[in-house]
Amino acid sequence: MNRKKLKFVAGSAVILGAVVTLAISSFDETKAYYQTVPELKAMGSRAEGRRVRVAGNVVPGTIVRREEGVVTFDIDYEGEGLSVRYVGRAPLPDTLVDRAQAVAEGTLKRDGSFEATLVQAKCASKYESAYEEGKTVLE
Amino acid sequence: MHHLGNFALMAILVFAAYAVLASLLGVWKKNARLTESAERALLACTALSTTACFSLVALLLRSDFRFEYVASYSNRDLPFFYKVASLWAGNDGSLLFWAWLLLLFSGIVVATNRRKNRELMPYVVATLGAIALFFTYMNFWVCNPFEQLGVMTGEGPQPWAPEDGRGLNPLLQHPIMAIHPPILYTGYVGFVIPFAFCIAALATGRLGAEWITSTRRWTLVAWAFLGTGLLLGGRWAYVELGWGGYWAWDPVENAALLPWLTSTAYLHSVMIQERKGMLKVWNVSLVIITYLLCVFGTFLTRSGVVSSVHAFAESDFAKIFLIFIALAAGASAALVFHRLPALKSENELDSMMSRESAFLFNNLLFLVACFAVLWGTMYPVLSEAIQGEKATVGPPWFNDVNVPLGLGLLALTGIGPLLAWRKSSLDSLRRNFTWPLVMGVLTGVILAALGMRQAYALICFALSAFVIGTIVQEFHKGAKARRVHRGGSYPGALLDLTLVNTRRYGGYVVHFGIVLIFIGVAGSAFDTEKKADLVAGQSIDIRGYQVKFLGLDEGRTKNYEWMSAKLEVTKNGKLIGTFAPQKHFYLASQQPTSEVRRHATFQEDLYMVFAGVTDDDKTTVQIFVKPLVRWVWLGAIVVFLGTIVTLVPAKRELRLARKVEAVKQSLLVESKKKYEVA
Repeated sequence: MNRKKLKFVAGSAVILGAVVTLAISSFDETKAYYQTVPELKAMGSRAEGRRVRVAGNVVPGTIVRREEGVVTFDIDYEGEGLSVRYVGRAPLPDTLVDRAQAVAEGTLKRDGSFEATLVQAKCASKYESAYEEGKTVLE
Repeated sequence: MHHLGNFALMAILVFAAYAVLASLLGVWKKNARLTESAERALLACTALSTTACFSLVALLLRSDFRFEYVASYSNRDLPFFYKVASLWAGNDGSLLFWAWLLLLFSGIVVATNRRKNRELMPYVVATLGAIALFFTYMNFWVCNPFEQLGVMTGEGPQPWAPEDGRGLNPLLQHPIMAIHPPILYTGYVGFVIPFAFCIAALATGRLGAEWITSTRRWTLVAWAFLGTGLLLGGRWAYVELGWGGYWAWDPVENAALLPWLTSTAYLHSVMIQERKGMLKVWNVSLVIITYLLCVFGTFLTRSGVVSSVHAFAESDFAKIFLIFIALAAGASAALVFHRLPALKSENELDSMMSRESAFLFNNLLFLVACFAVLWGTMYPVLSEAIQGEKATVGPPWFNDVNVPLGLGLLALTGIGPLLAWRKSSLDSLRRNFTWPLVMGVLTGVILAALGMRQAYALICFALSAFVIGTIVQEFHKGAKARRVHRGGSYPGALLDLTLVNTRRYGGYVVHFGIVLIFIGVAGSAFDTEKKADLVAGQSIDIRGYQVKFLGLDEGRTKNYEWMSAKLEVTKNGKLIGTFAPQKHFYLASQQPTSEVRRHATFQEDLYMVFAGVTDDDKTTVQIFVKPLVRWVWLGAIVVFLGTIVTLVPAKRELRLARKVEAVKQSLLVESKKKYEVA
């Protein structure tokens, strides 16, 4: 390897090293684990402080808009429920309505409620329920 | 099953398969008639695909709810415009649209290469035919948009149609959404042409400049459309999703960013190949990777492997798609490996202080950014596979890694063009860098003295000033030199200069646009936001603005019911106007959406969201002040215009082309004369 190539490789190594350091240093702070409501509950006190993403369907009638955009609602996953308290600054997605499939990211509090800083939601469609009544796609 | 669209799809399968086989057989048997018939077969596919696409549009326009796709993505009262846009609202339809663009571009390539690139064309046609075959296969068997609904009765399944459709997702009912997907897709699909030519070059061993020059315009157009599509997506998120931002590192945004990063790297590194015959392996690899990332992005958007706000419903086509990507990657890699000896570099790197080395570092940064974004995006899948626990990383991580890389690239935007090819002398460095550096440093010092403490933003503004300094200097120097030789006015010399070397000066315009985008993005370091529950008469004070809540209003249209919060905005006591951010409730889909209102200036955007009504009947209003956002959109327009400049044939090229044509004509006349004499 000649000197010029060496210089280039050295320069590249410095850049790569810096990027990898950056990537690793902030990785754990923003990492969140996907967990179901039963899994989260089963973890008990070990779940405290751990950033997680939980998914579930919004229990109808539980969405309450409190002061300054704080919103509470319950989600349900296979019969297991979880109370979510949204404290994030971003406006909640409009798709968060009764029965919507919601994903909440945040941490489990000591009292068993979940404090979310991010909520995503997908509407459950009325059309899909039509399928359940026996509608199929023709072959 | 018995629908025109389905017959068209079946016919494409036949014709595309024929195109692939006839093309390859034609090369093998050295039979020009066979390869030409393959080209015609591909043209037939273009026509058939157009038929399939338009027949689905016709079904949408007629609100024919016997078809599952129509019933799922439109409804009777949907405006005409959005009925057409429903074509790309769902997985099945958008894949049909994708295949149509692919075949449309293929048709253009066949039509424009009747007499050019004859050695490459058979392989180009075979590649395009094979890709069309795959997408049409998917469209016919896996996600067919022409499937009809049925209901089970005692006598077996009977056709069934609902009274009304489920409606287009209200978030997609926005003018930008009607143009964002076609523009983004044009970018995505457009890279298939450079890819096909690259494969043809590898297959034939004609690895010179031929395939690169033949696809330069395709590459640039695809690149420009991909970038514009990305930013239109950002603009849509900004004005329609109502969370006050335009980029969230969402998997689907990332999926489109990845090929943009690699193609931008390619646009730069290819210049080294044109100039010096270096980096040949690297360049074919970048073209291949870009195309594979385009296909991968298409897959990522639809498969639901990474949960995302965008994802289409999960479909079981993931496996087939991955097999296709793996096959394409394997075949490409084998071809590159096979041609490694022929792809040997003709030159070596001369010096660190050279244009080449700036381009190499540029490529390194683009590729590192691409890898980081890919890693972060795929982390949920990777972590589950490796650690058995699915985890995700958030936007802060993407920012931490990509902001420094972006700033490095911004610096190179200024440095690269000022360095000479091969080696820059100390003297030329001093001549070229003094003024821009002074501008950059002065900007940094002044902003710091004014109290700016956000390090990244400060660096970004200083670098932006430096880069703009280099661009202005380049134009000025060129215009001055031109006036010395040819006289004329200064603006005339500027225009002339650009027209003589459209690639170079168009490139500077693109760079200028990129700098504007950087300035706009840096503005986000100074965002502020306030949220409050108000009763009529109360107000929010934020950064000199006073936003007073006047009261609620409501009404309905055929498509939705709406509610709005009337806001009166004054700045430093001066009335700016009244705004009414709304909530819509769409009747067909039973979905609410927020309609934000903005007061936009070049200084900052005032962004107003009607967040809802609390249980004690107060109105929640959220106000964002977002400095410099407008520069992002302005920059995007400048980038697009700059790309158009680079596409204009340079005056020199035109003169040369005219000469060649004249010589051709005279030869033709002579040969005719000879023929007549004989």
